[in-house]
Amino acid sequence: MSLAVIDYGAGNLPNVVRALQNIGAPLTVTSDPAVVAAAQAIVLPGVGATRDTMESLAKSGLAPAIQSAIRSDVPFLGICVGMQVLLDDSLEFGLHPCLGMVTGTVRRFPDSPTYKVPQIGWNEVYVTEPFSQHSLYDGIPSGTDFYFVHSYFCDVIDTTLIAGTTEYVTAFPSVIIRGNLVAAQFHPEKSGSMGLRFLRNFVRNIAHIECEPKHV
Amino acid sequence: MLKRRIIPCLDVKEGRVVKGVSFVDHRDAGDPVVLAAFYNESGADELVFYDITASSDDRNIMVDVVERTAAEVFIPLTVGGGIRTVADMYRMLRAGADKVSINTAAVLNPQLITDGAQRYGSQCIVLSIDARRVSPAGEPPKWEVFTHTGANARSTGIDAVEWAIRGAALGAGELVINSMDADGTYGGYDIELLHAISSRVTIPVIASGGAGTLEHLYEGFMSGGADAVLAASIFHFGDYTIAAAKTYLRSRNVPMR
Repeated sequence: MSLAVIDYGAGNLPNVVRALQNIGAPLTVTSDPAVVAAAQAIVLPGVGATRDTMESLAKSGLAPAIQSAIRSDVPFLGICVGMQVLLDDSLEFGLHPCLGMVTGTVRRFPDSPTYKVPQIGWNEVYVTEPFSQHSLYDGIPSGTDFYFVHSYFCDVIDTTLIAGTTEYVTAFPSVIIRGNLVAAQFHPEKSGSMGLRFLRNFVRNIAHIECEPKHV
Repeated sequence: MLKRRIIPCLDVKEGRVVKGVSFVDHRDAGDPVVLAAFYNESGADELVFYDITASSDDRNIMVDVVERTAAEVFIPLTVGGGIRTVADMYRMLRAGADKVSINTAAVLNPQLITDGAQRYGSQCIVLSIDARRVSPAGEPPKWEVFTHTGANARSTGIDAVEWAIRGAALGAGELVINSMDADGTYGGYDIELLHAISSRVTIPVIASGGAGTLEHLYEGFMSGGADAVLAASIFHFGDYTIAAAKTYLRSRNVPMR
């Protein structure tokens, strides 16, 4: 049994796979909805635009497989655009529907004379109080820097899901957790040792999946 | 708060780092993978490999270097040098680069910026600009774009500030602004050039060329408006460590990771 990393052409797929391999996570790269449906855990990478990503997921039949896995509380990690597509809809290139797994809308950072968009670089993730003891953050202090690249952010309606926040123009949700569903706006695969730790914490929480000891 | 970035740049020729990195106490200090890991551990925010291999036949060596680096070093990696087509971009991104940097090829074919951005996203496309001051002393400053980095650089007649603005509009996600006048002088970045561009574009600007002291890095950020600084010699020759640079910049209220 292993972790299914969804291949729908996302630019960061190879580096997400390399990071997971580095921590010794057993994984399968797949674009097959049937494999996703049967997976014990799922990682959805992402870079680019929500609209293109949704089109790819719809065309390949992956969208319903992802939705049903999340409804069954299969451990799931969405990264960057892989987080954004979980919401109801997105305003990127015009309002369009997304997967509808988390209530809210993907919005562009408001215009500001002092902030450049996209946000590119390292920024702090502050752990919200209800999640301060969550195992996803084992060894990761609140305020740790992670690497971000994005122009849009998740405006999440149900604030009880927000497990991490980051400030850029506005305070926005950088991590959401709901049961076994985890999503991060930053790129853990590019966030150095703390990024790898974040991935390891996610993998470690999945029953029956163990990283190869030599890497732990 | 978003941090300002320090980005060491390594020149790689046929798979080896050239312009020796003198401080690394390792039996293979010319191995780009070893140096990338070293800089990662010492706090570099990103890395740039610049491929100066002359022959395109040897470009496969760079693909291998990028693959080996990406398997070990998990911070953003940009690859530049010899990237002329979307297919060249694909090879480097597939090998593990997060961004590709284009310079001469973009001047010769500006559509390459747009094609790359549409295919891989603007965040992947770094436009690198070599600029030389062409205005006589006493007149308002003006800079011209040069292509073919190095001893055989060629003038283009293109205004560097206009090219930066156009590059951003065409889809570049970041700009590297390299002052040919300051490069190699250790006298500091061309602050006027940086400011002229950073005040006119909304994408991140990366300062390059001329850094010799930590004060220069500070000026690049605070006076030049740079979001990141690219530095080679100042770190490679062991004058300063990245940790020392960050401690200094932090003490002067520049946000650092």
